[in-house]
Amino acid sequence: MKRDIIISGVGGQGILSISYLICHAALERGWSFKQAEVHGMAQRGGAVQSHLRLNDREVFSDLIPKGQADLILSVEPLEVFRYLDFLSDTGVVITATDPFVNIPNYPDAAEMSRLLDSLPHKILVNADEIAKNIGNARVANTVMLGAAAPAIGFQPDEFDKGLAELFGRKGEKMVEINQQAVRAGFELATNHTA
Amino acid sequence: MARQLTLLGNEAVGLGALHAGLSGVFGYPGTPSTEIFEFIQSQAEKFGVRAIWSANEKVGYEEALGMSYAGKRVLITMKHVGLNVAADPFMNSSMTGVGGGLVVCSADDPSMHSSQNEQDSRYYADFARIPCFEPSNQQEAYDMMSAMFELSEKMDVPIMLRMVTRLSHSRANITPGEKKQPQNDLKVGDNVKKWVLLPPHARVRNIELINKQPDFIRAADESRFNHLDIRKGARLGIIATGIAYNYVREAVSLLDEPVNILKITQYPMPAGLIRKLVDSVDRILVVEEGYPLVEMTIQGMFGIPGKTVIGRLTGDLPRTGEMNVDHVKKAIGLTVHETVIDAPKVPGRPPALCKGCPHADTFRALKEAMSSYPSARVFTDIGCYTLGVYDPYNVGDTCVDMGASLSMSIGASAAGVHPAIAVIGDSTFIHSGMTPLIGAAKNNAAITVIIMDNSLVAMTGAQETMATGGNIEKIVESFGVPREHIVTLNPLPKHHAANVALIRKELEHTGVSVVIPQRVCVKAPKKG
Repeated sequence: MKRDIIISGVGGQGILSISYLICHAALERGWSFKQAEVHGMAQRGGAVQSHLRLNDREVFSDLIPKGQADLILSVEPLEVFRYLDFLSDTGVVITATDPFVNIPNYPDAAEMSRLLDSLPHKILVNADEIAKNIGNARVANTVMLGAAAPAIGFQPDEFDKGLAELFGRKGEKMVEINQQAVRAGFELATNHTA
Repeated sequence: MARQLTLLGNEAVGLGALHAGLSGVFGYPGTPSTEIFEFIQSQAEKFGVRAIWSANEKVGYEEALGMSYAGKRVLITMKHVGLNVAADPFMNSSMTGVGGGLVVCSADDPSMHSSQNEQDSRYYADFARIPCFEPSNQQEAYDMMSAMFELSEKMDVPIMLRMVTRLSHSRANITPGEKKQPQNDLKVGDNVKKWVLLPPHARVRNIELINKQPDFIRAADESRFNHLDIRKGARLGIIATGIAYNYVREAVSLLDEPVNILKITQYPMPAGLIRKLVDSVDRILVVEEGYPLVEMTIQGMFGIPGKTVIGRLTGDLPRTGEMNVDHVKKAIGLTVHETVIDAPKVPGRPPALCKGCPHADTFRALKEAMSSYPSARVFTDIGCYTLGVYDPYNVGDTCVDMGASLSMSIGASAAGVHPAIAVIGDSTFIHSGMTPLIGAAKNNAAITVIIMDNSLVAMTGAQETMATGGNIEKIVESFGVPREHIVTLNPLPKHHAANVALIRKELEHTGVSVVIPQRVCVKAPKKG
C-alpha cells in the first residue's frame, strides 16, 4: 500500500499544517512516511509544495518521482497545474477553488474554470465558503485535509489527536472548529465519490 | 521498542546531539540549517544546554571551539555559505584539534532554493583534512551524532556533518536510542603546543594531522554508515553518497538486472570499499547530491583502465542542481513518466514582501528619493529585503554576501558612483556590516547606508537579533558617523513624504550617512 501525495499552495496558506496532520495520523497507524517541505524564502507568498509519501513498507526517496503521485491536494487552484507532471495517469486532484491572486498574470475566472474542467479525476472544494459557514475562514486548509481523507484512506477521527496537539494552545474552541472542518471536508468528498 | 518520533532531518540532528551529551550549540540562522539550533534551543533547559545565537558564523565557531577547549561536546550550525564566514577558525581548528567533541554542521542547498550558490561543503572537509558525515535519512542523522562526537574525541579533530536541504526539511518517523550520554566534565586544555598555533607548533600539528589521514580512511572503510552491496552477476555498480542513496535504491528497485551499490555517508572516501566496487563491475555510475567530488576523484585525469565511469561529469546526470529518482532512472536507462494531461504554462509565483512589511514602505520612499538621481546605485544585502529587487520596488543593483552592501558601496563610491546606497537589515549589519562601516566613517566615504531595523532576523523565521533601536544608533555613532548624518525614520505610508525628504537630503550629502528606518517586522512573535 503506498500513497504519494503532492500538497500545494502559496506560502502562508498552511500546507505545512496539513502535511503535519497527515504524518501524525500515519504514525498512529504505524506506517512509514517521508514528507519533504519548503522553508525559507519561498514561504514569503511564493509557490510552495510538500511531497508526502506514505507506505506500509520503507520509503526511500523524500521526493516523489514524476507520474507517481496518487493525489495532488491543493489549497489553491492554479498551484495544481504547477505539479501536474507528478500525477499518475489514475491520480486524483482535490483542490480548493478559491484563487490566491498575488501575481499580475493570474488566469481570469473563465480560464481557471476551463483549466479545472480539463482535469480527468478531480474533486473541487469551495473551502473558503465551507470554512466561513463553520465560523472561521482560517480553517479552509483543514477543510481540505478532510476532503483528502477518503482518497488517502483515513477516517476524520484519525486527525483528532494531531489537531489537539497543533491547536491545543490556541484553546479548546479552536481544536473543535478544526475537527468540524475536517468532517465537513470529509463529507463533501465522500458524497462526491458516492 | 522505544517510541517513534516524527522529526525533520534537522530536528533529528538536534535530538541526536542532545542524546550524545551535548553541552552547547552555537551558530547563526540560515536556511536550510536553522531548525537544528531551534530544536536544541527548545529543549535547552531540560538538557542543561547552552543555546544562544551568535553574531555571525565565525564568532559562533570560535565560541564553540572555546567550549570544546574546556572539554565539553559542542555543535555549530550554519548554512553552507556561513562556513565561508567561519572558514578561518574552521581551517585552523583542524590544526588545534579539539578538547570535547566538536561537530560543525554545514547545511548545503543544492538547486539554491534559498541561497546564492550551491557550494558543496564536502570540499571544505577535504580542504581541512577532517572526516565528514553525510546522512542519507533522518534516522541516520540521529544515529550519526553520537558516532561523530566519539570520533572527534578519539581522533582529536573537528568532524563535519554535511546536511542538504532535502534532508534538513523532510520529516520522517525515527526511533531514538535508549541510552542518553551524560555531558562531559569540565576539562580545560593545558597543552600550549596544541592550542597556540605559532609556526613551530603549527608545523608539528600539521604533520600530526597528515599522519592521521590513513586512520580516517580506515574509519570510513570500517564504518557502519558505509555499505557495499554485491549482487551475483552485476555488471553495473553505483556509488551513491548521502541522500542520493535513497534515489538510487528507489530507481534500482525498478530495474531487472542486478546492481552493486556502494553507499558512502562517511568520508574521507573509503578507498578499500571503492576499490572492491570498481573491481566487481564494468561500469560505474556515481550519484552525488552536490558537486561531482567522488566521481572526479575516482576518475582522476585519465580514468580507470578498462572501466567506464559515468555521472554528472559525463552528462549522464545533470551537471548542477538537486538529484532525484527521475535523474537516476534516466542514467540507468529507465524511462521517465511523461504526463498525459496537457499541462498549461503556469505563471511563476515568486516570493514577495509580506503585506504591511516595513521594508516595502522604506523601498517606496527610497525609490522616490532616488528618482532624481539616475546615476544612483543600490547595493543590497542578504535578507527579506533582497526581495525589493522584484516588482514593484526594483530597488537593488547588487547582492552578493552578508555585509557586501556596505563594502561594495564603498568601493563603487571610490570609483565615482554617486549616490552609492547600501541597504542592509539590522541583523545582517551586526553579522558583517559593522566592520566596513568603521572604515567608511574614518575615511568619510561618500555612501548612504540604510539600516532597515525590524528588530529581528526575519527571513529565517524571526530569531532574536543582537542589537536594535537605540543600540544600532549608538553603535553607528560610536564608529564616528557624524550625529547630524544619523537619521531615524518610521517607515509608514503616512510618513512617506517626510521620509522621502529625509532620504533625499542624505543622498545629497557627499560623506558617510546612515538612515535607520525603524519598524518591527509584521511576523514578529506577539509579546506576552
